[in-house]
Amino acid sequence: MTYISFLSEYGGRFLDGALVTAEQFVCSLALAVFLAHLAGLLLLSRTMVLKAIAVVYVEFFRGTSLLVQLFWLFYVLPLFGVTLDPFLTGFLAVGLNTGAYGAQLVHGAIKSVPRGQWEAAYALSMSSSKRMLRIIIPQAFVIMLPAWGNLVIELLKSTALVALIAVPDLMFEAKQMNSSTYLSTWTFGTALIIYYVFARFLITPTMRSLERIMARRMGRA
Amino acid sequence: MQDLSSYPLELTGPDVPMVRFMNVRKTYGDFVVLDDLNLDVAAGEMVTVIGPSGSGKTTVLRMLMTLETINGGVIYVDGKPLTHMPKNGVLVPADAKYLRKARSSIGMCFQHFNLFPHMTALENCMEGPVQVLGLSKKEARERAEELLSMVGMIEKKDQHPARLSGGQQQRVAIARALAMRPKVMLFDEVTSALDPEVIGEVTNVIKDLVTKHNLTMLMVTHQMGFARDISDRICFFFGGKIEEQNTPEELFTNPQKERTQQFLSAVKAAD
Ligand SMILES: Nc1ncnc2c1ncn2[C@@H]1O[C@H](COP(=O)(O)OP(=O)(O)OP(=O)(O)O)[C@@H](O)[C@H]1O
Ligand SMILES: [Mg+2]
Repeated sequence: MTYISFLSEYGGRFLDGALVTAEQFVCSLALAVFLAHLAGLLLLSRTMVLKAIAVVYVEFFRGTSLLVQLFWLFYVLPLFGVTLDPFLTGFLAVGLNTGAYGAQLVHGAIKSVPRGQWEAAYALSMSSSKRMLRIIIPQAFVIMLPAWGNLVIELLKSTALVALIAVPDLMFEAKQMNSSTYLSTWTFGTALIIYYVFARFLITPTMRSLERIMARRMGRA
Repeated sequence: MQDLSSYPLELTGPDVPMVRFMNVRKTYGDFVVLDDLNLDVAAGEMVTVIGPSGSGKTTVLRMLMTLETINGGVIYVDGKPLTHMPKNGVLVPADAKYLRKARSSIGMCFQHFNLFPHMTALENCMEGPVQVLGLSKKEARERAEELLSMVGMIEKKDQHPARLSGGQQQRVAIARALAMRPKVMLFDEVTSALDPEVIGEVTNVIKDLVTKHNLTMLMVTHQMGFARDISDRICFFFGGKIEEQNTPEELFTNPQKERTQQFLSAVKAAD
């Protein structure tokens, strides 16, 4: 069998898998961005309880392995009567995990907005929530964008783990095809290339153009 | 906690000053920055604070902007307490809500401008009026454009701060502060970060404010000539205290205290 005929026979399955990977990616990214901002802001909170919740979340999800978190959600939650379907479990785990890393980026970026910006907004009598939303976060966003570029690619790679709880993503399909054809080089090779193309030709350029747009908003481009 | 019962809830009488520092004390840990400061600024008066580095000049302005909390005494603005609020007939430290309202009568310009980099010059000047004062976009735009014309920056209104020179940024920052219609304006070394050739464009704007508007102003500067030109009164700070204060004429030509004399001759020698 040639690689061409391999592709024409199994291409559809690669596509199906890639589509599920893309869905996992989008859902977990949305969750991670939301959680990162929420926890990043709570880390700055002066209310001890709120801050403690954020610290525990960040510490727990950064300090333990994503694979274990995934299995925990999938195999342990049902023991408490909560059963989630694999797709949901998959992006919950990846989103929660990446969100914890993202929270640190958000927290760090907010703290690195120059003090003078806080003071200028304060001197205009802005309330603390407006100051945060209108002055600090837009600037923090620009600061943290390059680091998010890396994190988003990490997130894509992490989604491959959801294959282990039988979410039919790209990795899962590749494994299935491998066990029926034994063509490891072609199955996993093709999967690798698809992941690479996804990261290199979709995520990276998107992040770059986001960075350019933000630079223009700051009058720097 | 200090006993505040002797402080009036409100200043009354014929000559209520626009700003009054009453026995104000500021410390950082054990370090006393300002001890028992008493200073009045009358409505429409321009007072300049001079003094050696570390004498507490910036701290005076920052306390008035409520960027620093005070450890003793009370500051009044336009007769009303600024740092404290009345509660059950006595003054208690102001809460965030009271402070936000109280500080809206004060505007401040900083040494490093601190314009919002993600907004154009015009947007910088509209932000406070729209978000804080609740003006409509149209009203805020008109007000901002008028002020930007006044500071000579109307042509650059759609530029972001990154595209403006230091002098231009500082003029926008002055317009931004004025857009809030403050009763008191504070200038902390607003020309210190500027190249010598653009200092004039900023000082001219401030001179204009002094002659054409009835604003109360408190300024810190190292430019003695400028201070002398436009101030009604000069306060010389030394070691967290007002060592000497007088009209510019008197203070510069006939300083009474030895430390003032030393400081002025040192400044002259450096010029
Ligand atoms: N956040 C702070 N923590 C500790 N000490 C401080 C702090 N801010 C100011 N100080 C100290 O308070 C004193 C007065 O500072 P301030 O900035 O008011 O001086 P200044 O007269 O404005 O000096 P300069 O001419 O250098 O600007 C200085 O000794 C300074 O080191
Ligand atoms: Mg200073």
